[in-house]
Amino acid sequence: MTQSRARARREFGRPLDFKRGVVELAHGSGGRAMAQLIEELFARAFSNPWLKQGNDQACIDLPAGRVAVSTDSYVISPLFFPGGDIGSLAVHGTVNDVAMSGARPLHLSVGFIIEAGFPLADMKRIVESMAHAARADSVSLVTGDTKIVERGKGDGVFINTTGIGIVADGLELSGDRARPGDRILVSGSIGDHGIAVMSQRSELDFATSIQSDSAGLHELVQAMVAEVPQIRCLRDPTRGGLATTLNEIARQSGVGMLIEEKAIPVEPEVQAVCELLGLDPLYVANEGKLVAVSPPEHAARLCAAMRRHPLGGNAAVIGEVEADPHHFVRMRTAFGGNRVVDWLSGDQLPRIC
Amino acid sequence: MKYIDEFRDGATAQRVAAQVREEARTDRRYDLMEFCGGHTHAIYRYGVQDLLPENVRMIHGPGCPVCVLPIGRLDMALALAHHDGVTLCTYGDMLRVPGSQGKSLLKARSEGADVRMVYSCADALKLAQTLPQRQVVFFAVGFETTTPPTAVAILSARAKELGNFTVLCNHVLTPSAIANILDSPEVRELGTVPIDGFLGPAHVSVIIGSQPYEFFAEEYQKPVVISGFEPLDVMQSILMLIRQLNGGRAEVENQYTRAVSRHGNLKAKQLVAEVFELRREFEWRGLGTVPYSALRIKDDFCGFDAEQRFALDYAPTKERNGCECGAILRGVMQPTDCRLFGTVCTPETPMGSCMVSSEGACAAHYVYGRYQDRAASA
Repeated sequence: MTQSRARARREFGRPLDFKRGVVELAHGSGGRAMAQLIEELFARAFSNPWLKQGNDQACIDLPAGRVAVSTDSYVISPLFFPGGDIGSLAVHGTVNDVAMSGARPLHLSVGFIIEAGFPLADMKRIVESMAHAARADSVSLVTGDTKIVERGKGDGVFINTTGIGIVADGLELSGDRARPGDRILVSGSIGDHGIAVMSQRSELDFATSIQSDSAGLHELVQAMVAEVPQIRCLRDPTRGGLATTLNEIARQSGVGMLIEEKAIPVEPEVQAVCELLGLDPLYVANEGKLVAVSPPEHAARLCAAMRRHPLGGNAAVIGEVEADPHHFVRMRTAFGGNRVVDWLSGDQLPRIC
Repeated sequence: MKYIDEFRDGATAQRVAAQVREEARTDRRYDLMEFCGGHTHAIYRYGVQDLLPENVRMIHGPGCPVCVLPIGRLDMALALAHHDGVTLCTYGDMLRVPGSQGKSLLKARSEGADVRMVYSCADALKLAQTLPQRQVVFFAVGFETTTPPTAVAILSARAKELGNFTVLCNHVLTPSAIANILDSPEVRELGTVPIDGFLGPAHVSVIIGSQPYEFFAEEYQKPVVISGFEPLDVMQSILMLIRQLNGGRAEVENQYTRAVSRHGNLKAKQLVAEVFELRREFEWRGLGTVPYSALRIKDDFCGFDAEQRFALDYAPTKERNGCECGAILRGVMQPTDCRLFGTVCTPETPMGSCMVSSEGACAAHYVYGRYQDRAASA
C-alpha cells in the first residue's frame, strides 16, 4: 500500500473508488467527503506551492507589466472528443484568451460544477487532462472551487477557468486597432475542432480521423510578438468560427474586410464533412488557431515567423482590411464572385435540399 | 476535393462567363428564374451573379420548402411538440422558423419540448424504435426529393408494426408551383414580370425526371434547363438557356445528365404513389392556395398520419403587414424592394417566408449579397 493510500485510509476511512465510484452530493457539502475529493483528486493532480498552502485564495507575486485577465465557462457535449476533452479545453481555451493580448499566461483558477452521479473515473480523466494541459502551457492552477448539483440539474460537468498573464511593455494589441490596408492572417486550417466534436455526437453517425486542434497558443504568440511587436490584434476563432471573429474585429475597429476563399486553409476531410452535413467551415469552431491583423509591411515576416512554429505551420495571409462604413466582411470566392461573410445567426443548421 | 472542386473551378467559370458574355445579345434582356432554393443558395454563396453580364438577371423562385410552408402548418407542429409524450423530429432549417406567435421549434425546445433535428426520416423512425414509450412525429417538409424517404419510413413503420411513429405530411409538388407562377396575372397577362426561362430543379428532377417540364416548355413557350446545384452547373445552364432563347427555342434540356433521366426514378415514384395521394389544395406561403399542389397520406396508412392520430386542424394565418414575399417569390419584386427587408426583417427575426431559410431569396441576399446594395447606393 502506498503512503498516500495509507494516509487516506487513516483520514477518510477508505480511498475514493476511481474505478466504480461516482460523485455524490456529499462531495460538495464542505465536509470530510469534499476534503477527500480535493486532496485525492485535485490537489494531487494540480500540485503546486499555492494549492499546498490550503488557503481559500492564492497570493501571487507578479512580474512587471500589465495584467491580462480572462474568464470562460466550458459547457460541452460530448465531454471527450478526438484530440482532447473538456479538461484540456478549459485550460487551453482560457490560456489562449489571455495570450491573445500578447500576454504570457501564468496562472489559472478553476471552478467545477459536477452533477451527482458523474463517474469518478471520468472526473479523474478530466482532471488529469487539465493538469497535463496546464503543464504543457506552463501555467499553474492556483485556486479552485467545486460544487455538486443534484442529478438532472447539470450535464455531467461544467468547468469555469479564469486566467491571468502579463503583457510585456510596448505591446498594444486590441480588436479596435485594425486599419485599412492591414493584412489578415490565420495560423492554420480552420474547422478541425468543431468537426472532431460533431463526429462524436450520437445523432451524427460518421467516422473521421479529424482531431481537435485544441492547444495552447501562447508560445506561438510570443514568437509572433517577438518578431513583429507592431501586430494590431490577435483573436482565437472559437465558437462561431473564423467568420464570427472577423466580423467582431471589423465592427470593433470600424472597418471592412476582404478575404480570399482560395487562401483560407481547410483540411480536405473537414471540407468533405462540411459538404456532407451542409455546414460552412468558416463558421465551425477552432480551439488551437488564431487570427492576426498586421500592418502590411510586416505581414510577410509575421507569416514566416508563424510558419516556423509547429502550431503555425500552415499560416497564411488570407485577406486585407479595407475602409467600409458598413463593416462588411466580404469574400472573393474561389469561383470568381463575391459574397458577404456575415455573422452567424443562431446555430449553423443544415439545409434540407 | 474530388468530384466537388471540378464543379467550382474558378478558371472554368471564367471561360463559361466569357462565353455567356459573347453569346448574350446586348439588345435584349434575359430574365431567368431559378426555381430551387438550392440554386439560389449556390448563386449567392459563390457569387455567380458577379460573373454574368448586366442584362442577364436571375429571379429567385419559390423552390425552398421551408420558405413556402404556411405558418399554420408550422403552428400544428408547434402544438404537437408541446403534447405530452411527443418527440418531434424535423430537418435542421425548419427549426428556426417562427410560428404565428413568433415562437420557433428551437424556442419550444428551450421551453422543454422534445424537438430533435434529424438528417433523414429514417433517423426519426430509428428514434421511434429506441423510444417506445414516446410518440415520435416526423414533421415532413420538402419537394419530391424528400418525399420518397418519407414513403419508405411509413412503409417500414407499417412492416414493423410501430404504434408510436407518425408523419405530419407537408410534401409539396414542384410542377404545380411552376404552373402557378406562369399562370399568375403578372406573368401571363400584364407582362410586368418577364420570365424568359427556367433553371429546373436538380434533386427534384432526379426523382420526377425531366418529362414533367415538357408541358411548360410547350404550353407556355418557356425554355427549361434542368441544372445541377454546383455553381458551374448553374453557369452552364444559364448559357444553355441563353442559347435556346437566341435560337427561338423553348425546350426542356438537361444539364444535370449525371443524375437526371427523362423519366426519373421509377421505384421512388412508385413508392410515393403507394403511400401518398394528392391534396385537393394546399396553401403555399407567398403563393396562396394552389390546387393539387401537395400530398397527403392515404387512408390505408392513416395510422401513421399525425393529422389523424392527434386530430390536428389547420388554421390559416395572415402574413405580416408590408411583407412582400408573395411578390418576391413570383419575381415581381426584389428583396430590397420590400420595406421590411433588413430593417425589421432579418435572419435573426424573419417576418416573411423568404427570410426564414438560407435558401430563401431574402435571406440569401441578406447573408451573402448585401454588399451589392452598398455599391448601388454609393
